[in-house]
Amino acid sequence: MQSNGRPARDAYRSMLDGMQTSDPLAVRVRGLRKRYGSARAGYKDAVAGLDLDVSPGEIVAVLGPNGAGKTTTVEILEGFRDRDDGEVQVLGEDPRRAGRSWRARIGVVMQDSRDMSELTVLEKVRSTAASYPDPRDPAEVIAAVGLEEKARARTRGLSGGQRRRLDVALGIVGRPELLFLDEPTTGFDPQARRSFWDLVTSLRDGGTTIVLTTHYLDEAAQLADRVVVVRDGAVVATGTPDTLGGAQARTPVVAWDDGGVRRAERTDRPTAVVGRLMAAAGPGREVPGLSVTRPTLEDVYLSLIGETTSTEGIEIDDSSREAA
Amino acid sequence: MSGTDGVGGLDKLDQRGAVDQRETVDQRETVLDRPGRQLPGTLRQGLVRGGVELLQFVRERDSVIFSFAYPILMLAIFATVFGGDDPIVAGGTTVSFAQYFLPGMVATGVMLSTFQTLAISIAVERDDGTLKRLRATPLPATSYFLGKVFLSLVTVLAQTALLLAVATLVFDVPLPDDAGRWATFAWVFVLGTAAGAVCGVAYSSVPSSGRSASAVVVTPLLLLQFTSGVFFPVTQLPGWMLDLASIFPLKWIAQGMRSVFLPDAFAAVEPAGAWQHGATAAVLAAWLVAALVVGARTFRWRRHDDG
Repeated sequence: MQSNGRPARDAYRSMLDGMQTSDPLAVRVRGLRKRYGSARAGYKDAVAGLDLDVSPGEIVAVLGPNGAGKTTTVEILEGFRDRDDGEVQVLGEDPRRAGRSWRARIGVVMQDSRDMSELTVLEKVRSTAASYPDPRDPAEVIAAVGLEEKARARTRGLSGGQRRRLDVALGIVGRPELLFLDEPTTGFDPQARRSFWDLVTSLRDGGTTIVLTTHYLDEAAQLADRVVVVRDGAVVATGTPDTLGGAQARTPVVAWDDGGVRRAERTDRPTAVVGRLMAAAGPGREVPGLSVTRPTLEDVYLSLIGETTSTEGIEIDDSSREAA
Repeated sequence: MSGTDGVGGLDKLDQRGAVDQRETVDQRETVLDRPGRQLPGTLRQGLVRGGVELLQFVRERDSVIFSFAYPILMLAIFATVFGGDDPIVAGGTTVSFAQYFLPGMVATGVMLSTFQTLAISIAVERDDGTLKRLRATPLPATSYFLGKVFLSLVTVLAQTALLLAVATLVFDVPLPDDAGRWATFAWVFVLGTAAGAVCGVAYSSVPSSGRSASAVVVTPLLLLQFTSGVFFPVTQLPGWMLDLASIFPLKWIAQGMRSVFLPDAFAAVEPAGAWQHGATAAVLAAWLVAALVVGARTFRWRRHDDG
């Protein structure tokens, strides 16, 4: 699928390059600010100077703890909220002033969908499709999200996971160029999540640009071309899932017990450190509690958002890094 | 992502993905070739919304039954309870209680199916995120309202037809037989429905949540029913109360309907001593325009507490 997908994506990209829009980015955000509150109760910055670029055809995952400003940011990009400051371009337009033809080019899967209805899944998808100039085939979309068997069931009777999949169907039926997915797999079982990932990947391979917010690092690692970590309303790191946080964040940590005290050393040359420890222990003797660990995406993420990680709480000696 | 990892339909999904990409790329080229692929028209989308509204309405069977039954039941109860009393006399003409009561019930039915239904349903749909979801699509607000108004029109027509049928078949209420009265019926009905509908849209912003919507909408309407000559003659009201009720549309719709279903002699027992068709049209039109302006300014897709 990947091998099928890439050429199409490349074709789409080169076509976009040929298209001459003033702004080749799908999303361009500079210095975005949004604050809530009142003069009396005090203000709180939900978004505090956020920058974000999304290129056409890529999947960008926005990660961050609750209250980091992810949903506020996404809702500003979707045109649901006003901003207090900053520059926002989505598909070349300012969402604050963008009209219906702009809305026809974006797809939105919102976080909270409580609306229940006496309509069937097919009726709902079909009536939504009627608002778009060039919709996908409703039956195909329903099949793609795995709701074929529920196509004629009333939406009121759907389970939480099925509802979420319906949300996705409604978000993509208009054949959007840019799709916003706000925590799309919350409440999914592992199998449903895996099928959903496949669906998202196939959309991307079909040329859809996707902005995804999520709590799940495995989801970001699986789907995202690029990960953006948001904390306190600003971006603290951006990169591919493999390089997020920079090489330094991935530096291995060698840890051992030294007379009942746990010691750790962050080093680019763990073999050298282990050799030194072996020499110190003496020939043929074990180094007590020896471990060499490389931080996972989760460790990197947690350290970026200021949470403690498994290697923290131990005094880490960084001196050998400088030496190395 | 091989087809063997146990997730049903994956192969299909993959194929679909492959099909999709070709379609998508083709599509974009088409768009480039022919710029300005048209958005569906407002009216067409309004009709789609009308179909959606109607489907939802008829499938909520309990609400269908009650909204249709309410005016009929009220007519039946009042006609039965007071039916044994002396007939109502004005200027030497007598009418049965059912006949006297029918115009008020027609007027109430109009307000229920327009104002009440719209104000509650829009408030609920704002609260549960239906509106926000629609906002994310290119659906024009006008199309959304057209759908609502379409539903109001269909229900109010069906409800009124049923009410008139029951009144004449069960309670022997004579229906007018001259075109002039039916013409009056038509314009009062249309203007009342239109005014009630736009008032409902405007009023939908008043309830702070979907849960409070019923109470916030039903209570004032119930008060109006008592003060607008629906349940008993307005002449029994204190003057200030009548003046207050005269500000609102229901009193005028009821009065207009009395001019249709009651003999002309009854004009004399109206507070003004006449049917006041001109004033009726003016008040209803004023509400229509005012609610349109206010509604367009205050309509929100999102909840109060949602940013």
